[in-house]
Amino acid sequence: MSTAVSAPAAVAALPVEVTGLMKRFGSLTALDGVSLRLEPGICLGLLGPNGAGKSTLIRSIVGRVLPDSGHVRIFGAEASTAAARQALGWIPQELAIYPRLTCRENLISFGKYQGLGGARLAEQVQWCLHWAALEDRAGDAAGKLSGGMKRRLNMAAGIIHKPRLVLMDEPTVGVDPQSRNRIFEMIEQLRSEGMSILYTTHYMEEAERLCDRIAIIDHGRIIAEGTGEELVRNAFGTRSEVTARFSGNPEEIAAWVKQRGGSMGEGTAQFTVARPTEIAPLLDDASMSGIGIEDVSLRRPNLESVFLHLTGRELRD
Amino acid sequence: MISAIVRTAITGLRRDRASLALSFVLPIAFFTIFAMVFSGQHDTIPQVKLIVVDEDHSSASRDLVRGLQREGSLVVSTHADAKGQNAPAPPDYTAATAEAQVKAGNVPVALIIPAGWGQHPLAFNGSDGKAPEIQLLNDQSDTIAPQIVAGLLQKAAMTSMPASMAGEGEKYMKQYIGGLTPEQQKRWDANMTQLNALEKRRDDAQAAPTATAKDPGSGFSSGMIKVETRGVVGEHKNKNMISFYAAAIGVMFLLFTASGSAGSLLEEQESGTLDRVLSSRVTMTTLLAGKLTFNTLLAFAQLTVMFLWGWAVFHLEISGHVSGFVVMGLCTAFAVAAFGIFLASMCHTRGQLGAVSTLLILVMSSVGGSMFPRFMMPEAMQKAGLFTINAWAIDGFQKIFWRDLPIPALWPQVSVLLGIGIMLFVLSRRIARRWKFV
Repeated sequence: MSTAVSAPAAVAALPVEVTGLMKRFGSLTALDGVSLRLEPGICLGLLGPNGAGKSTLIRSIVGRVLPDSGHVRIFGAEASTAAARQALGWIPQELAIYPRLTCRENLISFGKYQGLGGARLAEQVQWCLHWAALEDRAGDAAGKLSGGMKRRLNMAAGIIHKPRLVLMDEPTVGVDPQSRNRIFEMIEQLRSEGMSILYTTHYMEEAERLCDRIAIIDHGRIIAEGTGEELVRNAFGTRSEVTARFSGNPEEIAAWVKQRGGSMGEGTAQFTVARPTEIAPLLDDASMSGIGIEDVSLRRPNLESVFLHLTGRELRD
Repeated sequence: MISAIVRTAITGLRRDRASLALSFVLPIAFFTIFAMVFSGQHDTIPQVKLIVVDEDHSSASRDLVRGLQREGSLVVSTHADAKGQNAPAPPDYTAATAEAQVKAGNVPVALIIPAGWGQHPLAFNGSDGKAPEIQLLNDQSDTIAPQIVAGLLQKAAMTSMPASMAGEGEKYMKQYIGGLTPEQQKRWDANMTQLNALEKRRDDAQAAPTATAKDPGSGFSSGMIKVETRGVVGEHKNKNMISFYAAAIGVMFLLFTASGSAGSLLEEQESGTLDRVLSSRVTMTTLLAGKLTFNTLLAFAQLTVMFLWGWAVFHLEISGHVSGFVVMGLCTAFAVAAFGIFLASMCHTRGQLGAVSTLLILVMSSVGGSMFPRFMMPEAMQKAGLFTINAWAIDGFQKIFWRDLPIPALWPQVSVLLGIGIMLFVLSRRIARRWKFV
């Protein structure tokens, strides 16, 4: 608490400020000097493949992982202090609900754990049931709900106390497209109400749709941060991306792609071009090298392209 | 193909230490415990604690007391232990204080040698009204001790006071066959002199610190010392052992339930719910205290149901014992609940908890008296039982339902059970720090 009091006023107002966070599990470095800021009312996407350190970072912010070094402040308060706990809501990746309790009973329990009671608790439970579209299933045991409904209940339990900051750790894992859209609408509603959100995902589409700003994390380090457009522009400038699938000897194809400054991923080759007219000479060169062309497309680079460009790996690796 | 399946299963078992322990350690532990209780090895036979009150102070009664003291199977005391090495010996037990000791459960049997017994110690044809009989006061929850004492009493009488016995025999002989000829009387008197000399030599040998008191042998018939047996505890009980079994079986299953219930902590850890709860305003201490409270109430409810069942079906006397039951029930439930939380905090998976709790609870229950009464066990095992919740809980419930003792008499059991509960809870809290920061 004393740290929180001594923090500068401008920094204390930030929903999240992470500075030089280090965490090792044995020989594995999960977080390698992560620094991050979340501005009020912003949805910051934390984009990275499995094992990149997203969950460890989130759990450090929640106060459930004790970092080896570095600091985490929530609205100026040190992580895991009572003030920080009260200010944040956490939606973990796991379905952290009581399966034998009904939806309403789950929300009441987690509301009480957050110090709610009386009319305020009843009001919040009702609001959460409405927000998660679970009013009709309020009396059903959580264990009997569909996967999507359980996810929504899991989310509702995380914001039962109406926190100013919500940490969402891949809330759409294992959810069908229809339920995913419903979850997106729920998150967009929170955004419209001015809630600050830190959202981890390894789905590029989610980050592009929901997040104002995106931080790309890999091997426990933030390797880029900005809006989606800023990230693409910083990585590719005004260049476009050519994706091609070739037929022939894979080793020869890989060598040729590398020679032409491209990269291979999941059987496709990616190149960047400043102008569409650069495509024809590229394809001519492939034919002359004995490589067959199956499919070619031109598109504006996206976050996936940025990630591949920065790390040499696919997001879903 | 079959060998591959066998090899896979063996490898799996070797790496599942919990199953391995259940497969091998538990049977060996149980075999050892049962063997120690029932094997009847000479050096492990339980000694019977006996209080003897000599109101007669005759040479015959003194001989009898000394004879009983020579018996290796008896631990005879005529007065309470002195409080210090140099402290004066406490006064001898009286009939009243001896009965109180039996009622309190400190000894299973007391013998009262009434005044005047020494004048006619033998009774060849039943009680002839000449002399009062020795009284044997016993606690009916222990059915073995009074039989041992009654048998050894006859033996001690026959072997420790031969002169008295012969003298009594002479009286009966004169009464029934009309006396001896002068020559026979002369020989008889000579033999009596020898017997008196024998008694004196044995007394001197017993008094000497280096002397070894030897069993003077047998060959006398038994049953000539008349004993009036009187149960001073449990003599009016409807079903004398129901309260014992309700407590004994109840505590064992309470331990199983408590460890199973505390296992919800591990389920919540695996599901992520524990993390979420601890990220709220709930602290680890609050969480464990909440679980402890719930498990205590659950265990108390179980005990209540079990005793109510005993009352409804087996006519267990509950009226008049309610307050004592509540005190002992809550203390037992608290200790048992803390035990469950402690086990859950030590284990990493539900499977591990299941194996460890099964192993510990079955061993605790057998040593602690839930499977067979502790008085049947060798002295060392009885002492080992004092390290279990079962023994203290059973003793406490026995004090209430069997001995009809008031609540203040429960202070040792209450203190120990509360102490165990607090100690285990503090240990659990320390171990649970591993859940605090992953």
